[in-house]
Amino acid sequence: MSRIQVAAVSSALLLFLAGCSHPPRDLKTEAQRQNAPNFTLKDADGNPVHLTDYRGKVVLVNFWATWCGPCEVEIPWFVEFEQKYKDQGFAVLGLSMDDDGWKSVRPYIASHKINYRVMIASEVVSQQFGDIEALPTSFVLDRQGRIATNHVGLVDKRDYQNEILKLLEVPKTAAVRDAVVDVGAGPLAGLTGAGVRAGQRP
Amino acid sequence: MALALSPALRAQAFAQGNVLNYTPPRKVVAKPGAAVDSALPLDLRSGYHVNSNMPSDDYLIPLRLTWNPGPLEAAGFSFPKPEMGKYSFSEKPLSVYTGEFQIVTHFKAAANAEPGPKTLTGKLRYQACNSSMCLPPKTLDVSLQVEIVK
Repeated sequence: MSRIQVAAVSSALLLFLAGCSHPPRDLKTEAQRQNAPNFTLKDADGNPVHLTDYRGKVVLVNFWATWCGPCEVEIPWFVEFEQKYKDQGFAVLGLSMDDDGWKSVRPYIASHKINYRVMIASEVVSQQFGDIEALPTSFVLDRQGRIATNHVGLVDKRDYQNEILKLLEVPKTAAVRDAVVDVGAGPLAGLTGAGVRAGQRP
Repeated sequence: MALALSPALRAQAFAQGNVLNYTPPRKVVAKPGAAVDSALPLDLRSGYHVNSNMPSDDYLIPLRLTWNPGPLEAAGFSFPKPEMGKYSFSEKPLSVYTGEFQIVTHFKAAANAEPGPKTLTGKLRYQACNSSMCLPPKTLDVSLQVEIVK
């Protein structure tokens, strides 16, 4: 093979690799996945949002705040994902860590046209998810309600997209229905944090 | 059920808990009714920034120093000139502080302040981020040793 041919093949290979989709981050193996803790937070209409209601869906649980710049970058991605993958069994749940709750969050939802459900995270819920110390922090749950991966800080949009698509490949019927731990009688019992439904119900 | 994050992730999270430290300010000596300044030296962990006292956007949490009532009354503050930092997560530059800086409080001693040693207490509220994530707002307790003399 001549030098020119080698160069041409190499270039073609590079172009092919560059054109490939962003490689997915490693999702946890089935054995590594832990059940996500359930939470119950009420929305602005007084409707409870139970994580267990989302069993059978791929869910992105995003801890964020209005004062968090990197969170603001991700929100349009999540709006897009919600719209794009909702019909395939995907949902985003936004858990705000704003101290002043709805006073800041409501206008933000409106101004950013958030189309998914947003709630105010309580201290208890934050602790249940491993003491959220940095924002954004997100957990991507498989259809069985198990944490397939999590991200602390701003990551590449393609990472999320690839993880979601990978998890959506598993059909709903294959998902085990009782994997999410229901802590209704546990430390979260009676939790009645406020929440708002910005998007559709599950 | 509390989630078990990896030990490294947890350690990282906890280590990030307090990224702004302050050096106790020098003792202030003042006569009743006199004006006196006090500098609060601050040191922010490398790679982090805090919003200045006048952030670029309304939704950002400003750096704020407040003093409780005591022998000295805060008549004003001097913040350093902020940097206009450019970060990947923001289209426009942000008004921030990084590294070492100080806030000067312009005090006035009460005209009827009793002579003797006192402690003035206050709070420093800040919210820090690095280039990819933000930490929740924090409030540090600060104190200042004051000597009122005749």
